[in-house]
Amino acid sequence: MATLEIKDLHVSVLTEEAPKGILHGVDLTLRAGQTHAIMGPNGSGKSTLAYAIAGHPRYEVTSGQVLLDGEDVLAMSVDERARAGMFLAMQYPVEVPGVSMSNFLRSAATAVRGEAPKLRTWVKEVKGAMSDLDINESFAERSVNEGFSGGEKKRHEILQLSLLRPRIAVLDETDSGLDVDALRVVADGVNRFRSENSDSGVLLITHYSRILRHIDPDTVHVFAGGRIMESGGPELAHELEEHGYERFAPKQEVGAR
Amino acid sequence: MTVTESQPGGPELVSHSHGTGALLASRGLRFTSYDVDAFEVPTGREEEWRFTPLRRLRDLHKSAVATGEAGVSIDAPHEVKVETVGRGDPRLGDGGVPADRVAAQAWSSFSEATLLTVPAEQRPDGPVTVTVTGPGRDEVAFGHLQVRLEQFAEAVVVIDHRGSGSYAENVELVLGDGARLTVVGVQDWAGDAVHVAAQYARLGRDAVLRATAVSLGGNLVRQSPTVTFAQPGGDAELLGLYFADDGQHLEHRLLVDHAVPHCKSNVIYKGALQGENAHSVWIGDVLIQAAAEGTDTFELNRNLLLTDGARADSVPNLEIETGEIAGAGHASTTGRFDDEQLFYLRSRGIPEDQARRLVVRGFFGEILQRIAVPAVRERLEAAIEAELEAVGA
Repeated sequence: MATLEIKDLHVSVLTEEAPKGILHGVDLTLRAGQTHAIMGPNGSGKSTLAYAIAGHPRYEVTSGQVLLDGEDVLAMSVDERARAGMFLAMQYPVEVPGVSMSNFLRSAATAVRGEAPKLRTWVKEVKGAMSDLDINESFAERSVNEGFSGGEKKRHEILQLSLLRPRIAVLDETDSGLDVDALRVVADGVNRFRSENSDSGVLLITHYSRILRHIDPDTVHVFAGGRIMESGGPELAHELEEHGYERFAPKQEVGAR
Repeated sequence: MTVTESQPGGPELVSHSHGTGALLASRGLRFTSYDVDAFEVPTGREEEWRFTPLRRLRDLHKSAVATGEAGVSIDAPHEVKVETVGRGDPRLGDGGVPADRVAAQAWSSFSEATLLTVPAEQRPDGPVTVTVTGPGRDEVAFGHLQVRLEQFAEAVVVIDHRGSGSYAENVELVLGDGARLTVVGVQDWAGDAVHVAAQYARLGRDAVLRATAVSLGGNLVRQSPTVTFAQPGGDAELLGLYFADDGQHLEHRLLVDHAVPHCKSNVIYKGALQGENAHSVWIGDVLIQAAAEGTDTFELNRNLLLTDGARADSVPNLEIETGEIAGAGHASTTGRFDDEQLFYLRSRGIPEDQARRLVVRGFFGEILQRIAVPAVRERLEAAIEAELEAVGA
């Protein structure tokens, strides 16, 4: 049973000049089987939280803790975090020219599962997962994310989610830039993951409440000014949809990006 | 990181050069001679020598004399005629004439040349392998090789360099009308080796050349391939792949001379550099002469700097004397290892060393995909693998 605990997390982004504080004390506990949504306006620090949890080198944790079942995630390297069961579906998946999707997926699955999947079952598994997400088989031989449309990239993030079966999945604006059909495919993929992996937790970071019509969260957190301003049930998302984020804008942050 | 792309195709005359802005006209109509003394001893200030560390050339550019011999062994299908000929053989020089002092030195100094002929309309079953073994540590040797494909002949030739010592050579590739030659040169030298080579490819009507240069080993390797289209319809693809480690100097200087109409050339060189004072030099000169209407050419050089302390010089030059061309362009980029790619792969659990390998392999993938001969491709994949292993990437 997976539990992710984020305790008083402070994070700075490293810029050309001085490090800039983005997160100012984030507390959150995500338990197995739960789905939490983090909603917030642009520049509130949502993506910083996602990258900091995954260990992106541009982000520096200045204080606080991230624990996965009591294990210190921040002490782990980027790849160790993934092997411990963390997954980040990225807002902007990276293109890796010359590395085929199939090679990439198999390398990742081998690393996360601790052994190479048996070829015969693996091929079947990948084909099935691709077909669930309406991904054409020809993508397996294309370079990772290279020349993919925004929607294709997001589908491939969810494809990785379904094959790597993490214990904690952080989805960073997986819904942004998707048309209605693609949103449904991606949301179905997330729901399938949730039902097939009841021991896993999902942290869904989004700017819009639209995706929450397809994916029911247990808890909604409103994020602004680098911290959680309010937490509540799904009804909080409805309120945000109607009234926007104004109520939560911290005064000193007004006008910040 | 610099990126330059250009697609001149207008009616005006275009001269497009990076780096020093050296005049290309002198490259196309450059001075050539078999006579060593017709060339001044380079000082390092000359355009064609300014990147080369002359003090590491072991006097090849001055008046080095042979102290040993390189071993040459040939493994060829029966259709291929293999000869060892003396200096006076009239066929020598059909490919081209030396354009610098070291090439002239090598031409004046070899005692016997190896000559491989594929008779007209023959297509040998399997590749020809030429293995050249250096003369040994602190020894100097000169060599000469000519590969001749008669009309409509087709062949795959792998030229493998290994061993120690200093070796200067001329390699001529003479393609008859409609001939198709795939040639792969592998520089897999020991760490002490100094190798200076000039290759001259001369293409007959509708001849097709697929050349790949792979430079991995050696202390200093300098290669100067020249492609000359003797008749219309020629098609040359020059691929290069190099991996420079600590203190290595790997230099490629290409000249593609479009002197006749309707020929095609495509150049793709990619290099990875790692370690202190790893240095690569790529000079790509393409000249489209006034008569060369309908020319289609593109050249590309990409360098991947894996660590600090490595240096890649890249100078594409394109000179166009006619507007009546199908296309001409070039691109050159030199960039650091992409941390975002590394992060992405690692975020999926792939350990750092393996992720780096995937990225480097991917970088070279574009070249490997174009190598049509599976045995050659596998050989190169294995070589890259060994290189990555050796540097602990």
